[in-house]
Amino acid sequence: MSQDAAPELRERIDSLYRSESRKVLATLIRLLGDFDLAEEALQDAFVAAVERWPRDGPPANPRAWLISTGRFKAIDRLRRRSRFDRMLGELAARLDDRPAPDPAEQDDQALEDDRLRLIFTCCHPALSPDAQVAMTLREVCGLTTEEIARAFLSTPPTVAQRIVRAKAKIRAARIPYEVPPPGQLPDRLDTVLQVVYLVFTEGYAPASGGAAVRPELADEAIRLGRLLAELLPEPEALGLLALLLLQDSRRAARTSADGELVLLPDQDRARWDQGRIAEGAALLERAISSGQVGSYTLQATIAATHARAPTAEATDWDRIVGLYDLLARADPSPVVALNRAVAVAMRDGPASGLALVDAILARGQLDAYQPAHATRADLLRRLGRTAEARAAYRRALELTRQEPQRRFIERRLGELAGGPGDDDASRASRR
Amino acid sequence: MRYLCLVYADEARVNALPQEQVDALIDETVANNEELRASGGLVLAQALEQVAAATTVRVRNGRLSVTDGPFAETTEQLGGFVLVEARDLNEAIRIAGRIPSARLGSVEVRPVIDLLRERSAP
Repeated sequence: MSQDAAPELRERIDSLYRSESRKVLATLIRLLGDFDLAEEALQDAFVAAVERWPRDGPPANPRAWLISTGRFKAIDRLRRRSRFDRMLGELAARLDDRPAPDPAEQDDQALEDDRLRLIFTCCHPALSPDAQVAMTLREVCGLTTEEIARAFLSTPPTVAQRIVRAKAKIRAARIPYEVPPPGQLPDRLDTVLQVVYLVFTEGYAPASGGAAVRPELADEAIRLGRLLAELLPEPEALGLLALLLLQDSRRAARTSADGELVLLPDQDRARWDQGRIAEGAALLERAISSGQVGSYTLQATIAATHARAPTAEATDWDRIVGLYDLLARADPSPVVALNRAVAVAMRDGPASGLALVDAILARGQLDAYQPAHATRADLLRRLGRTAEARAAYRRALELTRQEPQRRFIERRLGELAGGPGDDDASRASRR
Repeated sequence: MRYLCLVYADEARVNALPQEQVDALIDETVANNEELRASGGLVLAQALEQVAAATTVRVRNGRLSVTDGPFAETTEQLGGFVLVEARDLNEAIRIAGRIPSARLGSVEVRPVIDLLRERSAP
């Protein structure tokens, strides 16, 4: 009918869907108390907009219109289903008895609170980490199950099932739709930040698959990081966003034109994104000025030190090692110790770094961690200990599940096979 | 909403504790239960005999089978339970976190289905 008559209105509704649907959903979940009911209500509200706006003209406050229409449609839906299930009728009556949301109260602050409630509910620690990621990408970012499955090399049914189970647990265990009180905020925020960083890492340096970078996932994580830093500007939320931006500034330089991996020392630093670096550095300053320096802020400080250096050799490695010392105190994990060993190798030479890596591996914690063996192989290569380097590269190759990484290691193995043996000449020619 | 907090701990570790530590843990647990009762959060709290006293009952194909021991061999054993009344999972988690044995072992929080209420509702 009038749909063709008003293509610009149709376009406006499409654009509203992109910009507002997640906010409307977050509020509908609060009003209706159920994820699935709110999802249906959201779709119903947009269908109603497509039908009615061309006829009646768009409302003055589209967002408030969508929320109240969605709520009404949900109550209507429950009523119709209640012919088969009396409990749904009671639920509909209960929802109807509650005062309808006042459009004046649908201001930006109220909507922002609902978005935070949604984030904290999706990242509730009572859900498994996989479910937290899937729920956040689905409900907060609005990605489809297919998009999430593609990003995490899973199948749509697996992701869909994960989401269904998470929603069932939210319902059955009564996970509340709330922003945690101040006393629990640091711990709960930490879980949220972990989810955002996990999404970013899977985009910036995927653990497996054919691509060295999955840009859409890294972008989504940065969008999430921005949302959090805006809604809840806690020091670590700012620190995480700074870290994401500073790491992401190197994205274009991390792969060659033909999609091959380029390591930090070999990157063309002219291709680093100065806009990202400036934004990250400004956020980092805000995070540090709070006086509470957490692990994301420390990692961002390390990334900023790299960003400032004109070359790998001219990097302030002494400062980076110092920052890793602080980080190891805040987060005493073997992965941090490994990264610290890499910085020590740059500052004091590969032999010092190798001693640290060997000590970490001897503790057995990183035996199945690909980067530990790849790092060890690189240090041995730089020391000219070719046979041991080859063995370490082969061990790393066994653990590699990402194609560009696999090709990178195979190239290194090829170079080591073609070159001279473990003699002084080859040692002198290496870095 | 009612939640059952199942307290799991490694019995060998508990048995190895010096007596004064066991006494202190019991005193602390009793005090915590009293506090929880006063705040209206406690329904029932009991400690269990050790798993050596456990019997597992199953019915398969209409036949009752009774076996010695707990339902599964794990490193931690069910040592007690606290049935609590809480607004939502967050409050139940807060209460579970205050159970002294949570430090020694772990507490599983399970929502309780009120079968009587379910049956009488429709």
